[in-house]
Amino acid sequence: MALARKALFEAKTADAVARVGIADLPRGGKWISEIRQTALMRLHAQGMPGRRDEYWKFTRPDDLASRDSIPAKLLVTDEKPMFTDIDRLRLVFVDGVFDAEQSDPLVEENLEIETLAEAGARDIHWARDLYGVLVQRGQSPVDRPFATLNTAIAAEGVVIRVTGKVARPVSLHYKRKNAHSDAWLHNLIKVEIGGDVTLLENGPAAARINTVLEVDVADGGAFHHVRAQGRDHERRATTHIFARLGTESTFKSFTLTVNGALTRNECVIELLGDDAHATVAGASVGDGVFHQDDTVFITHDAINCESRQVFKKVLRNGATGVFQGKILVKAGAQKTDGYQISQGLLLDDDSQFLAKPELEIYADDVACSHGSTVGAIDENALFYLMSRGIPRALAQNMLVLSFLAAALEEIEADPLRDDIRDRLERWVERHHA
Amino acid sequence: MLKIENLHVKLEVEDKEILKGITLTVPDGEVHAIMGPNGSGKSTMSYVLSGKNGYQVTGGSAHLDGTNLLDMDPDERAAIGLFLAFQYPVEIPGVGNMTFLRTAVNSQRKARGEKELSSGEFLKLIRAKAASLKIDAEMLKRPVNVGFSGGEKKRNEILQMAMLEPKMCILDETDSGLDVDAMKLVSEGVNALRDGKRSFLVITHYQRLLDHIKPDVVHIMADGRIIKSGGPDLALEVENNGYADLLAEVA
Repeated sequence: MALARKALFEAKTADAVARVGIADLPRGGKWISEIRQTALMRLHAQGMPGRRDEYWKFTRPDDLASRDSIPAKLLVTDEKPMFTDIDRLRLVFVDGVFDAEQSDPLVEENLEIETLAEAGARDIHWARDLYGVLVQRGQSPVDRPFATLNTAIAAEGVVIRVTGKVARPVSLHYKRKNAHSDAWLHNLIKVEIGGDVTLLENGPAAARINTVLEVDVADGGAFHHVRAQGRDHERRATTHIFARLGTESTFKSFTLTVNGALTRNECVIELLGDDAHATVAGASVGDGVFHQDDTVFITHDAINCESRQVFKKVLRNGATGVFQGKILVKAGAQKTDGYQISQGLLLDDDSQFLAKPELEIYADDVACSHGSTVGAIDENALFYLMSRGIPRALAQNMLVLSFLAAALEEIEADPLRDDIRDRLERWVERHHA
Repeated sequence: MLKIENLHVKLEVEDKEILKGITLTVPDGEVHAIMGPNGSGKSTMSYVLSGKNGYQVTGGSAHLDGTNLLDMDPDERAAIGLFLAFQYPVEIPGVGNMTFLRTAVNSQRKARGEKELSSGEFLKLIRAKAASLKIDAEMLKRPVNVGFSGGEKKRNEILQMAMLEPKMCILDETDSGLDVDAMKLVSEGVNALRDGKRSFLVITHYQRLLDHIKPDVVHIMADGRIIKSGGPDLALEVENNGYADLLAEVA
């Protein structure tokens, strides 16, 4: 048995080395080179996940871990990009590479913003003390080798310091021109005391994309995040959010996932200051052989914090939805209010929703609830709508949107929520039965 | 005119006959009440007429103005003028009441080959009708029936009826869960829709609703059959003596 385990470990390590072997570590200043070297060493110890890993029980990591990415045909669409009516600071990445020409000048009040390449090229930079730190904190109790790998080799992304309330959202707009792009993005956001910023992400990023977003929110700071993993049927994505929250700070993240061959979104949040709030929510819709995994780990390590996880998945024609969500309440994290709900709506018999909700609590004065359901369209509601003269297909569409509504409610800003709803309405119309 | 002839219905999943030969005609402009003990098949009849799944018609027919209802989907029945006010209106989170109503009105207009209402036209129409039912703008904006009180739900049903202007309205225990004031409000809403042509089938347990909505004919239903029909006095008889005497009469 021990031998078998050793062999498996060696195989995984070799795999990891092979994976990294395809690219030399990116060039950069001393500080970032050191961080990358350290991450690489850790990766050798971790190895890449295999199918036997409990954390990858519902999602096969093979196509994310393979040396070569699988080409993904570009989806031709005349759909209007999202967030276009919102005044925003727009940064464009094409196949995972920053495009200064298409981007706005990186100037905004209460914001210091640089590309990762610029920041990393410096000898000294404030990011030195934070870059990769939250990734590293998030490796316990579960290894997250894809994030470690990202830290070692990502050369693109943005580094942002928020010193006050930022008037307009920072928008990362992804475009894809290449069917073979294999991209790495690492974004770092430091919200200083009382800082307040909204980050938007949208568009097809690459044929295969691995992203890390590290967010450090200081006392009284606020971070809002709305992300649309845009229509791109064949792409494979593994994304990570690592957040650390200070006293009375706020973190809210919403993700829309539409189709996509493979999506694994991991979100790791630590509530370290009292009275902090974290919400992570998502709506995903899949019509076809698409796999959409949301994996969340929230640690309460302070008093009177609140966390919410709200995930809704609509699945049809062979789509698989996965939710793994954990709330860990550490000893002393009294008055914790933890809420978690994950629901799958199956529109046929070919689709599946797999959920693993977990609570681990070491404090005695907490209120935690979790629920997970899977079901079909409510026949009673369908009859009610049809009895008013609404045809079946239209009634079903209304009920799909109704099902998703609770997740969308977690988006605070009306215009952003409207944009997401609009996108979903059009998806539902295109894909109705 | 609603014409039901010798209608036999059983549950789809088990061999249990619920309606055992209902014959009933509601001419244009009339209000008919159906009373009867629990489990007599009153609600089943309303569901079968409006097309709910789960029932199998094993015999007989039901026509609205000569059109066979039983072959149609629920939305088609609605489009030709049938309306069911639910005993338990369904909550639809995330769908605004106004959006729901406009979709319903315009779906029916479309099915009938009529021009759809613009949002301006629709707003004008709904504001007038909502006001008379004491339904405020806030209630129109909220998701369909979500967080509505029992009375609000029933008023919302009547508002839908007023907006959709059906030929034939079935009210399934619309008085259940209503206090005296709410019952008055709902009844006024119904009476406002009486125009000499529109017909009503009012299902109720209690005579008091019929004090407000005066029926032309009262039918007593028991064990899947109509056992007696008569004038408004029949409802009073039930109120005073219960169903026992009537049941004994036919036994």
